[in-house]
Amino acid sequence: MADMVKLAIEMKHISKVFGDVVANDDVNLQVMPGEVHALLGENGAGKTTLMNMLSGIYTPDTGEILINGEPVTFHSPGDSIRLGIGMIHQHFKLVDVMTAKDNIVIGQKTSLFTKGKELSRKVRELSDRYGLDIDPDKKVYEMSVGEKQTLEIIKVLYRGANILILDEPTAVLTPQEIKKLFKVIRNMKEQGCAIVIITHKLNEVMEISDRVTVLRKGKSIDTVVTKDVNIPKLIEMMVGQKVELSIEKKKYDAGEKNAILRVDGLTVKNDEGKNMLSDVTFDLNTHEILGVAGVANSGQKELCESIAGLVKTDKGRIFFEDENIVGKTPRDIIKLGIRMGFIPEDRLGMGLVAGMDIVHNMILKDYQNQPGIILHRGPCTEQAQKIVDSLDIMTPSIYTPVKKLSGGNIQKVLLGREIDSAPKVLITAYAVRGLDIGASYKIYDLLNEQKAKGVGVLFVGEDLDVLMDLCDRIVVLCHGEVIGIVDPDEVTKEDIGLLMTGQRLEGTSDENTEKGGEA
Amino acid sequence: MRFRITKRGDIPHKQEMLIRIIAICLSIVFAGVILLAFGLNPVNIFSTIIKGSVGSQIRIQQTAMRCIPLLITSLGIIVAFKMKFWNIGAEGQITMGAFGATWVALNLSESLPMPVMLLLMMIAATVCGGIWAFIPAIFKAKMGTNETIFTLMMNYIAIKFVTYLQYGPWMDPSQGGFPKIAKFPANAVLPSVLGVNIGWIFAIIFVVLVYLFMNHTKKGYEIAVVGESVETARYAGMNISRIIIVSTIISGGLCGIAGMIQASAIEKTLIANIAGGYGFTAIIPAWLSRLNAVTCFFVCVAFAMLIQGGTYLQVSLGISSAVASVVQGLILFFVLGSEFFLQYKVSFSKNVKEVA
Repeated sequence: MADMVKLAIEMKHISKVFGDVVANDDVNLQVMPGEVHALLGENGAGKTTLMNMLSGIYTPDTGEILINGEPVTFHSPGDSIRLGIGMIHQHFKLVDVMTAKDNIVIGQKTSLFTKGKELSRKVRELSDRYGLDIDPDKKVYEMSVGEKQTLEIIKVLYRGANILILDEPTAVLTPQEIKKLFKVIRNMKEQGCAIVIITHKLNEVMEISDRVTVLRKGKSIDTVVTKDVNIPKLIEMMVGQKVELSIEKKKYDAGEKNAILRVDGLTVKNDEGKNMLSDVTFDLNTHEILGVAGVANSGQKELCESIAGLVKTDKGRIFFEDENIVGKTPRDIIKLGIRMGFIPEDRLGMGLVAGMDIVHNMILKDYQNQPGIILHRGPCTEQAQKIVDSLDIMTPSIYTPVKKLSGGNIQKVLLGREIDSAPKVLITAYAVRGLDIGASYKIYDLLNEQKAKGVGVLFVGEDLDVLMDLCDRIVVLCHGEVIGIVDPDEVTKEDIGLLMTGQRLEGTSDENTEKGGEA
Repeated sequence: MRFRITKRGDIPHKQEMLIRIIAICLSIVFAGVILLAFGLNPVNIFSTIIKGSVGSQIRIQQTAMRCIPLLITSLGIIVAFKMKFWNIGAEGQITMGAFGATWVALNLSESLPMPVMLLLMMIAATVCGGIWAFIPAIFKAKMGTNETIFTLMMNYIAIKFVTYLQYGPWMDPSQGGFPKIAKFPANAVLPSVLGVNIGWIFAIIFVVLVYLFMNHTKKGYEIAVVGESVETARYAGMNISRIIIVSTIISGGLCGIAGMIQASAIEKTLIANIAGGYGFTAIIPAWLSRLNAVTCFFVCVAFAMLIQGGTYLQVSLGISSAVASVVQGLILFFVLGSEFFLQYKVSFSKNVKEVA
């Protein structure tokens, strides 16, 4: 190779197979020092697997890895760290009860007594150099998601990393936190670090990266210079074909809508007596998709589950039409004939029985209404076949265990069952998480179909762009409180970001009667 | 050379069967090697085991007799295991079932018609075995205790309780000071059909009933859902505590009936060792049959053959029945070991030059 600059990372012809799944197939990747390199691909394209091989968690079946021009073989993550590679995982690996400082040195070879002063000095030096903002003595459990991520970054920098891998770093951040992160990334780039950022958010790729490598179904499709491409081109590379992606939002007149679900002063405490939801009040109308936004764990899960009758509420009422359903179990709700569909966040752990086939998953809620003690599968077999056909579920047969299906198909089985019961209210929690682009848009279409039928849809989401495009109104939660109900046509994404972190907008009261103003 | 272990995807049914058959063959070959090392002729030993278990009418009857408690207990275990309720307490549930049956047999009139007497004994056995399983179940359902330890400990309580009865309040004065409980009256002893106690008919009926219950009833479906995911069961509106309690009572009740059969047909009284290890042994066929009642029948027959064949080995060749246990252990080792090869693939590759 006659390259003038030594490549920071070079991965050649990498393959990795898990059972029947070919996670990586002859993948090539080259990253230069002082470059932000985006690794783009749909879920299951093999991005994380590739990076896990770079950080020593997996070893490639075939292929070669070169770091700074030297061929290497990693036997453990330790080998990779010693070579200056630091990976920041999507799920933080921090010890909650320890301080930032302790988390930085944990697992490091240090002398018997950690030199506190020396450490503080080094941490401060790193923070100054890269513009990272951290209080070394703060405990992790007191930190926001953004702070935790900053800590993770300092942790790997402290270990001397000059090659950083960030796995979906923006997934859990507010727009403001994302801006801050990108500033840090640019600082690191200027200092000569090589940065790989794994993502499937195209806006961010365009904004932060110098070059993009696109993976599709385990293969590396191409590496391009970011400023030479545009978003439609990137989607085409990711999906393998041209796709038209748009979300329609049909408006219904106020006269056509009426409140079908009213949540009034709902308060939910967790086991430790901490308020997970405080005095939450809102209405869900027919012909409406009502979005719920908020940083992770702001009470979304508790909200959905208390409506579905799965958690104990402390105060407040929930009216379905005119029936107060607080204190009713899911069984009571089914028996009352209340037609409510619920797509929980944990599809295989809650919404479906992972080890059972589609037929036995269709029967899950209906079987209780069957007379006698015998389980009748007949009607559900037809139902399963109908849903497989109408939603284009890719499955060898209706007798295949659902855990063997792909994420998108699993979600279609769940959504298909819930829609098939002709619900009046449909509650969805992170309905497109883990789904590829095509499947996500199929789900949006299905939700819009339900809206057209008059169903009230509660859509708990994480991608603000989608929430803005899909929803008629958005309830913003912060620490279990409703901090604002906004009309997406009248506010910006940044406004919602501010609300999510607890800052009320000027001129917006608790009700959505007034217009949201500028931040 | 270096080898790596990778997870397999789905494997075809044929290959799966092949791996299992290879495992059983290997276990027999390996057992043969061990027998040779002890200076025994493996062919001779194996043929003796087979001869001893099915070689004559009496031996077949003996094998069947051993199969009955094993099979019924296994069925009971299947019901609990399907829910991932790890009932290790069958030994105690058998003992308590026998206790219940004995109480009825010794306290009701000897002039009761036999069917009435036996029916009452069976009900008492079901109730007592069921209660013994219900205690750990209610604690698990309400307080989330660990059922494995709990059911295990319940075994010792049951056994010591019967020992106490044997040496204390229930000791039969007519036994000349021996710590024995009185023999059952004639109307409390299970009759024989085709030379084996009628328990074998019960066992076959239970196979069918458990199969139907697990696969074709709403309750069976609920048990399977709870076993897969408690959260899903909650989501579907199932009453989880009730499902846990009902299924463990069924599980313990079946084990209790096995105890009643042992007390009534085999011992004709109650002894502390009435369960004789069947409660533990039965876990193995339950597991090997993958919790399928019909498969379990065949596995239990094979196990009963090994047990009976081992006893015959001792009688006819003067070789310790432990030899049969060795064979039994090896089959288990290989069959359970083959699960690993069903899930993982081992491949060998030439060593790549290491660059540290």
